[in-house]
Amino acid sequence: MSKLKLDSLLLPLVGIAFCVLLWWSIAGKSITKQTKDDWGDVVTVTKRVGLSADLPTPGETWKASRDYIVKPFAKRGELDQGILAFTWLSLKLVAQGYLIALLIGTPLGFCLGLSKTFTKVCDPIIQILRPVSPLAWLPLGMVLFLSAKINIPGVGIYTASELAALFTIAICSMWPTVMNTAVGVRAIPQDYLNVARVLKLSKTKTLFKVLVPATLPYMFTGFRLSLGIAWLVIVAAEMLTGKPGVGGFLWQQYNALSYAHIILCILTIGVVGYVLDRLMSVVEARFKTI
Amino acid sequence: MAFLEAQNVSKGYGPAWNRSEVLRDINLTIEEGEFVAIIGYSGAGKTTLMSLLAGLITPDTGTVKLEGREIKEPGPDRGIVFQNYSLLPWLTVYENVALAVDHIFPQWTAEQRRKHAEKYIRMVNLEPAMQKVPSELSGGMRQRVSVARTLSLEPHILLLDEPLSALDALTRATLQDEISRIWQETRKTVVLITNDPDEALLLADRVIPLSAGPGATLLDSIAVPLERPRDRRALLECREFKRLRNEVVDRLLESKRKPTTAITRKLVLPDIQPEDISITTSRFVFGAKRKPKRPHEVQPVKVEVEV
Repeated sequence: MSKLKLDSLLLPLVGIAFCVLLWWSIAGKSITKQTKDDWGDVVTVTKRVGLSADLPTPGETWKASRDYIVKPFAKRGELDQGILAFTWLSLKLVAQGYLIALLIGTPLGFCLGLSKTFTKVCDPIIQILRPVSPLAWLPLGMVLFLSAKINIPGVGIYTASELAALFTIAICSMWPTVMNTAVGVRAIPQDYLNVARVLKLSKTKTLFKVLVPATLPYMFTGFRLSLGIAWLVIVAAEMLTGKPGVGGFLWQQYNALSYAHIILCILTIGVVGYVLDRLMSVVEARFKTI
Repeated sequence: MAFLEAQNVSKGYGPAWNRSEVLRDINLTIEEGEFVAIIGYSGAGKTTLMSLLAGLITPDTGTVKLEGREIKEPGPDRGIVFQNYSLLPWLTVYENVALAVDHIFPQWTAEQRRKHAEKYIRMVNLEPAMQKVPSELSGGMRQRVSVARTLSLEPHILLLDEPLSALDALTRATLQDEISRIWQETRKTVVLITNDPDEALLLADRVIPLSAGPGATLLDSIAVPLERPRDRRALLECREFKRLRNEVVDRLLESKRKPTTAITRKLVLPDIQPEDISITTSRFVFGAKRKPKRPHEVQPVKVEVEV
């Protein structure tokens, strides 16, 4: 047992260490040399050498990112905040878009699972829309909400770029929920439906007492995949709209030639995505009905 | 008038040009309070027959009537116990029964409904497992829940579709005794479908063999004039029981021996002219025109066919 625990802790660390080493070996190193220039003055020249000269080493990345990590909620300016403050902004946007995706996707999935006619009508549209990249949806969202400004009392004011981002997140992350729910509904054993028929349950009662509980495991698998995509989309959405958040920060730091912060953002996005996935699988296991 | 009546019922599956008839000319009359067992080979159409009686499917021809009214859709007046229990796995034993009770007796108070559900759970001796979900129960216990749920509907007729065939022999014996006990308490009309002659003779007043399919039909019924309550050990010694058992088995074997259906479709072979399609030229060119040999040009080849 203790060996197993050690393995599950040690082996991932070995993997991470190997990656850091690889990163370090290809990253550029600063070399400072003192030379005499043409006029005979002694000058110090710093040159970066390495396979990828401009890539900061792990140490440099840590040095540059320290301020953002040790003061994670600091707000020095709209586009200069602690990393968790940015993460929080991004998560808020993702949560809203994701919620919209679930509210549309789940009923749509149920309709697809229940009606063959509806499936035939919608299937080509879904198959065409599904592979479209978030980068393609965002401009359309901008156009759609060009002059829109929605004020929801108690929630806040949504500008065109925010609405476009929400639209993009929702439409990109919806499909796994739609597909999984539809598959789940189709996979309901005939026995359960026979029970409903023999008892003569009404349509609504059949839906909530039999269909929904029987589909729940499939639905949650869809929800988990959708959340992963929603988080994936946020970066693209923030980059293009310039909203403050992890993705916006990444793009801004790229333009500011501050490469260490790009790595910080990538790692943050990865870790947050991983945590979200773990959380969802805990919820998924909790709702396992079959 | 008979309590349950089926007249000239037939049912088949598949499209018209490739139809396989499962049941043919089913005529059945069952009186109120009778315990009838229908026995037949697996695959003969027993479950189809049960689905017809339950109204889950409609017959192609003929009618099924319960208390003079034609059965067109499933309903709670015909309680059916499925072979595979059909419990909802996300509900506890109590909730599974309560779902049925709450829906069928909405006019009752919550207290009445709770008592009603508990009464039937007690009847099948499952009180200790009331708050368990089906996955925590053994096969026999699950089937008891299913029986309790069905009985709680207070159906006019009980349809048992091979309720015990998925269970081991010992559990089956216990549940057979329980079904026998419950029937003597309630005296409901029961149709039991089974593939076990002993089970049929132990429980039923009348055994009806279903001939081997396809196109299965009900054979003449065999009355079981054995005294109740029947003791399974005493029956094994009983000469009458042995005679009945042999009779049931003989009838079933006989129905299998003589085919009940003849092949109705004529096999039409395709009419194709032979043509030599071998490539003869050494210059193998894609798309080159080959000269097909007409039938009269082809040398007749003697083909020996082993029969």
